Amino acid sequence: MWMIPFLICFPLVVAVLMFVIRESKIRNIIAYLGAGTIMAVTGWFAFQWFGQGAPVLELYYHTHTIDMIMLGAVWLLMFVITYLSFKYKKHIISLLSIIPTLLITYMELFGPEMAEIAHIRVDKLSMLMCIIVGLIGSLIVIYSVGYMHGYHHLHTEYEDRRNYFFMLLFIFLGAMFGFVLSESLLWIDLFWEMTSVCSFLLIGYTRTKEAINNSFRALWMNLLGGAGVVVAIMYTGYNTGSLSFHNLITLGTEGSAAAVIPVALLAVAALTKAAQMPFSTWLMGAMVAPTPSSALLHSATMVKAGIYILFRLAPAMSGTQTGMLISFIGGFTFFAASVMAIAQTDAKKVLALSTVSNLGLMVACAGVGTAETIWAGVFLMMFHAISKSLLFQNVGATENSLHSRDIEAMHGLIFRLPRLGAFMFIGIAGMFLAPFGMLISKWSALKASVDMGNILLVLFIVYGSATTMFYWTKWMSKIISYTDTEIKVRDITKQDESLSLTVHAMLMILLCLLFPVLSGVYVEPLLTEMFGTATAVLPQGVLFLLIAIVCFIFVAPIMAFRYAHTTKVRQLKSYMNGINVGNNKEFIDSMGEKKHLFMSNYYFAHMIGQRKLMRPCIFVATAFLIVMLCLIIGGAL
Amino acid sequence: MTYRIIGIVAFLILAPFLGGLLSGIDRKISARMQGRIGPSILQPFYDVQKLLSKQFIVVNFAQIFLVVSFLATIIFTGCMFFGGSDILLCFFLLSTGATFLIFAACITNSPYSNIGASRELFQMLCYEPAVLLACIGFYLATGSFNVSDIIQADLPAIIKTPGFFAAFVFILTIKLRKSPFDLSASHHPHQELVKGITTDMGAQTLALYEIAEWYEHVFLMGFVGLFFVWDNPLSYLLAVVAILATYFLEILIDNTSARVKWHTMFNLAWGVTILVAGVNLIILMVI
Repeated sequence: MWMIPFLICFPLVVAVLMFVIRESKIRNIIAYLGAGTIMAVTGWFAFQWFGQGAPVLELYYHTHTIDMIMLGAVWLLMFVITYLSFKYKKHIISLLSIIPTLLITYMELFGPEMAEIAHIRVDKLSMLMCIIVGLIGSLIVIYSVGYMHGYHHLHTEYEDRRNYFFMLLFIFLGAMFGFVLSESLLWIDLFWEMTSVCSFLLIGYTRTKEAINNSFRALWMNLLGGAGVVVAIMYTGYNTGSLSFHNLITLGTEGSAAAVIPVALLAVAALTKAAQMPFSTWLMGAMVAPTPSSALLHSATMVKAGIYILFRLAPAMSGTQTGMLISFIGGFTFFAASVMAIAQTDAKKVLALSTVSNLGLMVACAGVGTAETIWAGVFLMMFHAISKSLLFQNVGATENSLHSRDIEAMHGLIFRLPRLGAFMFIGIAGMFLAPFGMLISKWSALKASVDMGNILLVLFIVYGSATTMFYWTKWMSKIISYTDTEIKVRDITKQDESLSLTVHAMLMILLCLLFPVLSGVYVEPLLTEMFGTATAVLPQGVLFLLIAIVCFIFVAPIMAFRYAHTTKVRQLKSYMNGINVGNNKEFIDSMGEKKHLFMSNYYFAHMIGQRKLMRPCIFVATAFLIVMLCLIIGGAL
Repeated sequence: MTYRIIGIVAFLILAPFLGGLLSGIDRKISARMQGRIGPSILQPFYDVQKLLSKQFIVVNFAQIFLVVSFLATIIFTGCMFFGGSDILLCFFLLSTGATFLIFAACITNSPYSNIGASRELFQMLCYEPAVLLACIGFYLATGSFNVSDIIQADLPAIIKTPGFFAAFVFILTIKLRKSPFDLSASHHPHQELVKGITTDMGAQTLALYEIAEWYEHVFLMGFVGLFFVWDNPLSYLLAVVAILATYFLEILIDNTSARVKWHTMFNLAWGVTILVAGVNLIILMVI
């Protein structure tokens, strides 16, 4: 399996090339080739692995030299963080990197002899993550080649550091591959820190004051999570004599006391990556970065790393206090973030809050930790990865054409920028409408949380799904609002951007059509691998019903469309109480003059805005987190 | 299987008649409550017949497409329900149908129908939790989301789920767009042809909308009846009585209350849901 080291190292090599090549034409070609190669190798890797019957592979037992290189890399990251913290006078943050690095170095060099373990493990979950990273991540890279070109045309005030930007994108991809394939906790820690640092640098790309502040917020939150990982590693190492992640989970599932604290710490650390409630502000702040990095952070990488860890830990968390903590935080975040999303008019902020909210649902699924919820969570993850990536890229492209990303400015977008409007429509539909995955995942999550007796989670999901529907429908209805005098906007979307968008939209529809198949072929075996027992999550009846709904939802509108086009109709102006002017955009006011008509959605910003709700929500979540952590750790010691 | 097919076919054929009749009875009783004689019970059918005979007028061509999709989705939802399927999925699909209606209203850019659409969306936000909780109530009471299993339970669901039922009846007023929660159906003086969400629908589309409403009402009333059905053929009579009583209650509320503002509606709907259905949920899940 040469593909595994290739997938981890090749992006790093390309990253170096990206940084050194200053000629943007050549660099762009190499970026295309690099992204294409990553996609192809991921595909080949998956193909080969399926060809072998999708086995669990455990590889790389003797890795002393690589371990030392990795340790060197950890130190390098520490130096980068320390240097930048001092440069921007955020001295304390460097401690969050220095102390864990020293601890981990001490353990590796002077600690007890650890059991021989595999360092790489390939199973169905990590393969799924690889496919998501390889496919979506590479598409985002292709998209960003075109996007960044337009971005620097539009924002001449920022220094053009595209070589640096592409370097970070590729390092990010390499780190993600490493992260999801690693079995050794030490390796996981390194890749964890790598993604933290990459996201920190990406957020600070524009070097404005806001960007720097936000990037440091992201940094300290993620480093805090990283510190939690280090403590978990040391605890595991000294108590069990093995640094195998899989081993830890097995211990946790068996109910061993030694696993309680590391599982809790790792889960809480994953909350920081997945931007759950007390830590969600960093992901909001990440919106200052250019759109491709938001797309990357929100869909394929970073936040999914947190979800991945939580899914892994799910069997060990099921029914424990840690599980309760995680499912509460997840459910709470799902609801609270979706409420805040209602009040946002900035499209990127709505997307950010909806990411936090959706991740909350996945986190809650992981916290409940039964086969059913993980099934729901895996599907949520897939749908979310594709549709969020599509939406972010689309909002970016729309912003380049429209010079605004305000949802109110997207009035009638589907008529003004037909292609982008349609893609946006598909992306949003994928997030919440029948028959897309959100729905059936919600079904499964609800059922499982009722079965587990998790009352709060049931209430969170029930109320949260109402609010989720509200802000998405509101946005969709804005896109399709039509006025007859709408001026077409010139679509300046580049070819590579369109390519990525089209592939995403097609993937979205394919996933929707194929997901009953995917469930049987891949996701249920994944659960068997994870929980040891075969489970059929979807009853046969529901499965058939779903297929019927899918067919119906695709066929009915087509029939309706044909019907609408074959009937003879007369078109009139819309009703304005008799004060029409002759088009649908103006009316006659009480002074007898023409007035422009402007319509807006409900936002309730003064009642449920971020300013108003964020602090209390963070307070509740922090209090709950601290109390539960004290209970868990106190109970285990 | 035969029962399922009978259920589906019966729904497809009978629902528009039952829905139209319900609507006619509604208008008759409302009129009597207001001291008028009122139209014939068959008036809704005459109305729709008249509407269908009129010229086809639209503001935007996509309106027809969206209203037809709305109708088709509602019919499909009803078929799922009377075919004995999963109630949670029924309501998920019903909300997709409702979004089609909202799109049909806001696609025309008329201020009246746009405000209607926004308010309809807001009404959805208000009633959605209670609807989902009612489905969960069935699951807790009978162990299944499937209508075919629920109707074979040993006891009617209502015994264990009075709170869920109360919350559902409460939000039914919102769902049926009846006063005091008829926000989306009224922005203009209360006229038949200019009312909120349907303002910009031409005669033909309005007829389709009316028919969709009939189907939807029959489905909703079926759901009300489901609370009272158990493994006893006579229980269907009880269900019919319960449905008629509920519908009468809705008419009574409609005629005796004045429209409220949106935040009152929101506070009431979510408050009642969490208090009544939430408490019932806690009782069922803990004990």
